[in-house]
Amino acid sequence: MARFRKDGKKEVPELNMSSMSDIIFMFLFFFMVITNMRESNIKVKITPPGATEVQKLEKKSLVATIYIGTPLHANENTLPPGKVSVQLNDQTIKQEDLADDVRTWIGQEKESRNEEDGNKLTFSLKVDQDVQMRYVNIIKNELRTNNALKINYATSKKIEHKK
Amino acid sequence: MARKTPGINTGASADISFLLLTFFLLTSNISTEQGIPRRLPPPTDDKVIVEFNQRNVLRVQVNFLDEIFVQDVQTPINQVKDRAKEFLSNPTNSSNLAKKVVREIEHIGDFPVSEGVVSLFNDQSTTYKTYVEVQNELQRAVNELRDEVASQYFGKKYDLLDTAFQRAVQKAVPMNISEAPPADYNTQQ
Repeated sequence: MARFRKDGKKEVPELNMSSMSDIIFMFLFFFMVITNMRESNIKVKITPPGATEVQKLEKKSLVATIYIGTPLHANENTLPPGKVSVQLNDQTIKQEDLADDVRTWIGQEKESRNEEDGNKLTFSLKVDQDVQMRYVNIIKNELRTNNALKINYATSKKIEHKK
Repeated sequence: MARKTPGINTGASADISFLLLTFFLLTSNISTEQGIPRRLPPPTDDKVIVEFNQRNVLRVQVNFLDEIFVQDVQTPINQVKDRAKEFLSNPTNSSNLAKKVVREIEHIGDFPVSEGVVSLFNDQSTTYKTYVEVQNELQRAVNELRDEVASQYFGKKYDLLDTAFQRAVQKAVPMNISEAPPADYNTQQ
């Protein structure tokens, strides 16, 4: 009888996988929207100091970042006492060229934007917490003399402990 | 006669999108940029020396050992904010703390605006951490004063106000930090 037929080929029905890719594409777009591309290879290690009164930087396209920290790989461009490197764009810079390189870099960053945006440009200082102020001061001085006055001390958010 | 199209196996497209997903996860960073915003003073050719009345200046010094001195008295970091607040708001109208001048401000009316300036002075060997901590505490002092003014006049916290009201509160509680050129302990030796 048909009801008890056992010799019939029983196949697992094929799963429709087309919606699976839709879901993953949605994930993909979600991540693309909430993240921002790493614009440069970071060559220095930075542990930013914590602060409570932080504000978010508004426009990512109007931010230029200077990194100061301990170099991840040994390179010749360290500043005394041999533990600090300054990174602009993709490369670390030599100590003797520090002020000059920072100056040309500020000019380049301003020129790459249009004039109106160039004045709104924020220079974000991403500095390791153990770096001495002398390097930060050199860079701040260059920023100031080149009329790049909007700066930002990059920090991590510290949760305030109540006294 | 409609011909039945054979089903296309789309399982592989999920794999491809997975690859794309992992690629973006690896090349991007989620952490948003945040920090303490500051404005540097505009460059000047000749040295402009602005005379301040001594009572209107709060001297905050950080030395090469990361010790903090407020008005030449060593102060732990958790007291800096209160010292700065007391100095700027001058609740008892003491003659040693910042002078207040009544100014008319839009949306607020007459308000005694503090003339206090915080003079921040650091050594070249000060670590960045301490410097940012001090900046943070000073910002906190101003933010708390602004919150007080905001809730007194507008019944809301400063962050929740409209931009026009925020401007008014900013005028009522200005943030004046002056940074002196740093000393270098190493060259003094």
